[in-house]
Amino acid sequence: MKKSTPARQLPYTVLGVLLLAFMLFPVYWMVNTSFQGGGTAASSSFFPTNPTFDGYERALSQQTDNLLTSIVVAAGTVLVSLAIATPAAYALARFRLRGIAIFAFGLLIAQMIPGIVIANSLYTLFNDVGLLNSIPGLVLADATHAIPFAILIMSAFMRSIPPSLAEAARVDGAGHFRAFWSIIVPVSRNSIITAGLFSFLFAWSDFIFALTLTTDETVKPITLGIYDYLEGNVQSWGPVMATAVMSSIPAIVLLVFAQRFIAAGALGGAVK
Amino acid sequence: MPAIAYVVIFFGYPVVKNLMMGFQEYTTRTFYTGEAPWVGLANYAEVVGSGIFRTTVVNTALFTVGSIAGQFVIGLLFALFFKRRFPLSNVLRSLLLLPWLLPVIAGTSVWKWILDQDSGVLNGILRDLHLASEPVPWLTSPDVALVAVVLVNVWLGIPFNTTLLYSGLQEIPEELYEAGALDGATGWKAFWHITWPNLRAVVNVVLVLGVIYTLKVLDIILGLTGGGPANATQTLATDSYRRSFQEFSFGTGAAVSNILIVVSLVFAVVYLRVNRRAVDE
Repeated sequence: MKKSTPARQLPYTVLGVLLLAFMLFPVYWMVNTSFQGGGTAASSSFFPTNPTFDGYERALSQQTDNLLTSIVVAAGTVLVSLAIATPAAYALARFRLRGIAIFAFGLLIAQMIPGIVIANSLYTLFNDVGLLNSIPGLVLADATHAIPFAILIMSAFMRSIPPSLAEAARVDGAGHFRAFWSIIVPVSRNSIITAGLFSFLFAWSDFIFALTLTTDETVKPITLGIYDYLEGNVQSWGPVMATAVMSSIPAIVLLVFAQRFIAAGALGGAVK
Repeated sequence: MPAIAYVVIFFGYPVVKNLMMGFQEYTTRTFYTGEAPWVGLANYAEVVGSGIFRTTVVNTALFTVGSIAGQFVIGLLFALFFKRRFPLSNVLRSLLLLPWLLPVIAGTSVWKWILDQDSGVLNGILRDLHLASEPVPWLTSPDVALVAVVLVNVWLGIPFNTTLLYSGLQEIPEELYEAGALDGATGWKAFWHITWPNLRAVVNVVLVLGVIYTLKVLDIILGLTGGGPANATQTLATDSYRRSFQEFSFGTGAAVSNILIVVSLVFAVVYLRVNRRAVDE
């Protein structure tokens, strides 16, 4: 392809910006409405000419507990997922045990099982063991979403680590666990971060487990807070959109500050 | 291995349990009495025999086909567009991921507002452009609700499709196009004879994954319409939810979701075969 001058490429940039503006219009509209406060639906305009924080004030007064719940659940899911998935990913990448192939196959299939199936039976199980309406219950359920993904992402990377690296440590007298902890984990840091970020996003965005595995007000993530608004007849969209904006902050932060990890995850999770 | 134990408990157990529940009379009473009588195929007979079953199957098919067609075509156009490197193309391409990264329910909530019949901005724009004389009842009319739900799901799915297809396009060697250009293959011809055949493996993966993800969509529909109006947007996934968690008839809910699993598994097997072929080649 011939190198074209920047001037000739300008139309593409303009078109690209227009396409993106079209695609991101709903996000703009969310932010726009969130600053139009407690007014009624009819009074919203295209620009927040008189920005107010009324929507955020109302949203925070109703949703602060739910935001905290979401943070705790998401952080817990990251810990549980990484604790289980990191050694599993290493085993999957390194050892040729019988059953490993079946296990890898199971992980792929597991990612495809509809959440409603898992919710259906977890509800009855959690009901028996008293995990309904509890943060540990939600963490365990959310980890079902995060773990297969995390294992696949990390083992894809760990396969590229030369086996001699861990073997050298073993020769120096380190056990399997020490070799794993002091060699493999530091080397795989980037893929572990990617897996952790996505575990956080999965749990933060989770809706189906929050919806089905909680039945009262005690434990309610932010996604359910939004859903409660939608279920009723919304009179004022300002607070609803303010809540939606707050629930979007982790995604926006990740997109801005952790872009390379996101790109890695977006591809790795789907193609592997 | 703790991971194996975890997968067994949180995937193996639910699937098996769900299969069993499909054959049991499993209601809230079960939680107190601990009894869940075996009823054979009665749940399936009830589900398949109920008037709503036809509706949900048709809706699921329409929702899936409509979503995939929209996501894929627009995603492919975007991927082809971004393949031309131009100033800011990388920045724009990564910003495009935003709809996919937001919590689905947050995206759903703003769409519910945009599609609002009386004061939503979409009807406002249509009115100002004189494209619609009457406000369109996007989410409240059985005739258009499914279209509206598909529209939102297409919006959510475009980033995913674009990203995968773009990475597929990157792997096609530039020499192929250079050689093709010598033979007079440019523009549409180049797409048809060079891009498409080389992209086939990625296309298959994207389509099959898209189907699997679309089949299990629950949050978009519950948030926008709750399956209504008059079940116009009720799919297998939402019907399973409705039966289990609104009517507390876990047996029939499990039966519906088992049907959903079987459909997903068929596509999952297709996916694995396609993926393996893609790796072999």
